[in-house]
Amino acid sequence: MNFQTTIGLEVHVELKTNSKIFSPSPVEFGDDPNANTNVIDWGYPGVLPTTNKGVVESGIKAALALHAEIEKHNHFDRKNYFYPDNPKAYQITQSDKPIAHDGWIEIEVDGEKKKIGIAEMHIEEDAGKNTHNPNGYSFVDLNRQGTPLIEIVSKPDIASPDEAYAYLEALRQRIQFTGVSDVKMEEGSMRVDVNISIRPYGSDKFGTKTELKNLNSFSYVRKGLAYEEKRQQQVLMSGGTIQQETRRFDEATGQTILMRVKEGSDDYRYFPEPDLPALSISDNWIHNIEEAMPEMPGKRRARYVSELGLKDYDAMVLTQTKEMSDFFDETVANGADAKMAANYLMGDVNAYLNDQQVDLQDTKLTPANLAAMIKMISDGTISTKIAKKVFKALTKGEEPVAWVKSKGLIQLSDPAQLQPIIKGIVDDNQQSVDDFKNGKDRAVGYLVGQVMKQTHGQANPKVVNELLMKELNNR
Amino acid sequence: MANEEKIDKAQVEHVASLAKLEFNDADLGKFTTQLADIMGLFNTLSEVDTTGVEPTFSVTDQFNTMREDMAVNSHEKDALIKNAPDTQDGYIRVPAIIDESEGAN
Amino acid sequence: MNYYDTDLTTLHEKLVNKKLTAEQLTRDTLAKIKADNEAINAYITIDENAAIETAKAIDAKGINPDNLWAGIPIAVKDNIVTKGLRTTAASKILENFNPIYDATVIEKLRANDVIVIGKTNLDEFAMGGSTETSYFKTTRNPWNLSKVPGGSSGGSAATVSAGGVLAALGTDTGGSIRQPASFTGVVGVKPTYGRVSRWGIIAFGSSLDQVGPFTRTVKDNAALLNLIAGHDEHDMTSSDKEVPDFTAGLDGSVKGMRIALPKEYLGEGVDENVKKAVLDAANTFKELGATVDEVSLPHSKYGIAAYYIISSSEASSNLQRFDGIRYGFRAKDVKNLEDVYVRSRSEGFGDEVKRRIMLGTYSLSAGFYDAYFRKAAEVRTLMINDFKKVFEDHDFIIGPTAPTPAFGIGEDSNDPKKMYMNDVLTVPVNMAGLPGMSLPAGFSNGLPVGLQIIAKPFDEQTLYKAGYAFEQATDFHSKTPEIGGDK
Repeated sequence: MNFQTTIGLEVHVELKTNSKIFSPSPVEFGDDPNANTNVIDWGYPGVLPTTNKGVVESGIKAALALHAEIEKHNHFDRKNYFYPDNPKAYQITQSDKPIAHDGWIEIEVDGEKKKIGIAEMHIEEDAGKNTHNPNGYSFVDLNRQGTPLIEIVSKPDIASPDEAYAYLEALRQRIQFTGVSDVKMEEGSMRVDVNISIRPYGSDKFGTKTELKNLNSFSYVRKGLAYEEKRQQQVLMSGGTIQQETRRFDEATGQTILMRVKEGSDDYRYFPEPDLPALSISDNWIHNIEEAMPEMPGKRRARYVSELGLKDYDAMVLTQTKEMSDFFDETVANGADAKMAANYLMGDVNAYLNDQQVDLQDTKLTPANLAAMIKMISDGTISTKIAKKVFKALTKGEEPVAWVKSKGLIQLSDPAQLQPIIKGIVDDNQQSVDDFKNGKDRAVGYLVGQVMKQTHGQANPKVVNELLMKELNNR
Repeated sequence: MANEEKIDKAQVEHVASLAKLEFNDADLGKFTTQLADIMGLFNTLSEVDTTGVEPTFSVTDQFNTMREDMAVNSHEKDALIKNAPDTQDGYIRVPAIIDESEGAN
Repeated sequence: MNYYDTDLTTLHEKLVNKKLTAEQLTRDTLAKIKADNEAINAYITIDENAAIETAKAIDAKGINPDNLWAGIPIAVKDNIVTKGLRTTAASKILENFNPIYDATVIEKLRANDVIVIGKTNLDEFAMGGSTETSYFKTTRNPWNLSKVPGGSSGGSAATVSAGGVLAALGTDTGGSIRQPASFTGVVGVKPTYGRVSRWGIIAFGSSLDQVGPFTRTVKDNAALLNLIAGHDEHDMTSSDKEVPDFTAGLDGSVKGMRIALPKEYLGEGVDENVKKAVLDAANTFKELGATVDEVSLPHSKYGIAAYYIISSSEASSNLQRFDGIRYGFRAKDVKNLEDVYVRSRSEGFGDEVKRRIMLGTYSLSAGFYDAYFRKAAEVRTLMINDFKKVFEDHDFIIGPTAPTPAFGIGEDSNDPKKMYMNDVLTVPVNMAGLPGMSLPAGFSNGLPVGLQIIAKPFDEQTLYKAGYAFEQATDFHSKTPEIGGDK
């Protein structure tokens, strides 16, 4: 029997704001437990939430990036459940009227493009963190409580683990470009819940879903789904039935393991949050946010090809992250040749980031300095060989023009300066002149090498070549 | 539907489990009788024709009230921890959480 | 001393002219409320030392002649959080709870040199109409110690009624200020929803709760609302409308005003003496030059059902935070996390609170939301529309505050449905978010009867104007209980 697969993804993205969604406590991690909490975060008797405007704005930005329709009149709801990291025993979220719905993003798998629908996107508060200890206790830290989140729920359009992977890549990229989040799974600012079901081809009835947990990277999502897809097929082929259950992905074995069987659905007793007035989002507000939105990756990629003459592949690589793309744009804006800037970013810069395991924004590299270096290469002030040294200096935050000057690394391109040096070397190497006359081209290379050696590598190879040929032909 | 609904002990126990309450046998009987009586009163609402009537969930005259995104740390940790029934090293301490899948977003 | 023969202006003048110090006033007040507390049991906590210290500091600083309230001790219902002063909501689950912040209304009191003398008894979490559901004690009605003072703000009402304080704060979710004001013969006002900040009020029904003042006179009441009203950045449902001076325009005149008397408010179950007091009041207003029309609020009879669904649903969610984890009572000898939750809550909450939590949880649960919670919210819309229609051509509404005068302690406490029905005349005001007042309007067998006045949203001025005119034209407010009665 042949099956078709339906995958649903619920993605939580942590928004990068100064303060929490419903309390003024700072959004900061890595501090002492409970250091960034107040009476609101603890759900004290008598406290009330206050909505952070920055969160609503970020929500609108994300919605726009996902081509979603913004719900002009939306409100918050309470989702009731008891858990130690959930201090009020309800989460303030949006259920009934989320801030956005019916969006889409485009993915590409094996050269095929496909639109994946987004059912809805809502804003909500994150919970605190429980840590567990073998001595019979758990420990609650509420620092994360109230961190703003958006949750993005896909439509049942994703038909394979590869599409799920591509969807997550595209989603991460688009959200990242809006600047509302770091979207890093390894740091927990992007979290993915997945569900998967299969059904015989042609059947219009969805199969029973299973949910997968503990998927801490995009590739684990793909692996976990692939395993689960096969497992469900085997169960059905052998005459079994799929249970509605939650399964845990085991990173070591690549398998999914049963956590618990779901009996019916949870009863969260949602109702509209009476402590927060409804939100009314005006066209004007949306328009202003749209105007100020950074250009999305697809548009940038097209622009790099059509306006800057880059290859599509290069344009694609440069638009993987907003930081890289912004860096590139600014480098070009500072007067650097676009192709050279692209080559440097994809070459030396990427190599440096990989080597140091850092993000571009955490280095001392700046677009202005990179552009200044590229301009010096273009106008012959330095050679590409010297540029290797200059790049090292850039990573330490040096300004290239001053640095090159102070190190005396300016390329010798002046024929008046080079001519006497060349003449002297040719005079001292009669054997090479003879070799040249006898048609041995190798002799030229040797002579160039001698010039470079004498000028400590600063001679402009192009000029040296020209002057040397002229000198040799005159003998 | 609501009209015919008559609350019984099993339902009371189910609702109690949602609300994290428990009743002994005597209280269960008493609560079931009382709740059924009051639900009977609630069921009179089915007499009201609310076709096309929008619900009112709040009577505030405010809308779109929001706070600017400015962080303030009120440095209340010590006072908060002091009020908690059981703590350790700046954490709130609770008996071990067994089912990790329960915490939901 | 007691506060029977004085009012805010008189006391203020004495304090300004140094005929009385804030400290002396505070000591006298403490002596009176401590002496009464045995019989009346109005207080859960009397903050003797801090009150005296605060009074001394105010004396040292000097009484600001422009601040009527400087140096005046007042009582506060114990579901309003006070920093460093135990706040219990009359529940075992908060028996030893020490708040680390002040409610906005308390901040305003303190900023105006008002002395918080103590925390008054209430029905547990403000759920009840008799103050009998308090975990700590039963408060008695100063007019007759065998009767309840009403509730849930029974302690605040009783201490003002007994002359223990000039004023007190209460909260009103479905009548919890107006009904005890009616039962104890004082003035109680529930302001418009959003007029007073709810920050620091231990939430019961979040879309219904309001804080309001108890006093012996209408004018003092207006003066206290002046102090506590206004927008608060901590409460997004608090109104940013300008707050007028509520004591302005109290001229004793209601001439030309159009008054509505809903026929449903004098229907079945309303005590004959109560009816008579309301009809007499209507005549008083007519004699003062107002017109009184009979009107209809046709959805009133569904008010109790809709109110109890909405308030209990909100309460079931609001009270989930009392889980034994971060503060308050945690059950002893718990075996696991589930035990912490279930036993702390089952041992920490009293029966009435559990009933409301159960009703609310049920009304919100899967399969019942539409039939109960949503349906009640739709009926709420119809109730609001009823009021809007009446207010199209009327300035205010009058009616009884409660169907009966104070009932006996223990009389209704085993019949929750009967107890709920007592709120029939007060809950519509909360459902519509309107301002409402109860003020003394007569007696029935020696027990006070209150008249309820209801005005348009944010029109507390009309409430006070009408109340003041009625008070000037009658002498019910000057009657005082001889504490005692048949025990």
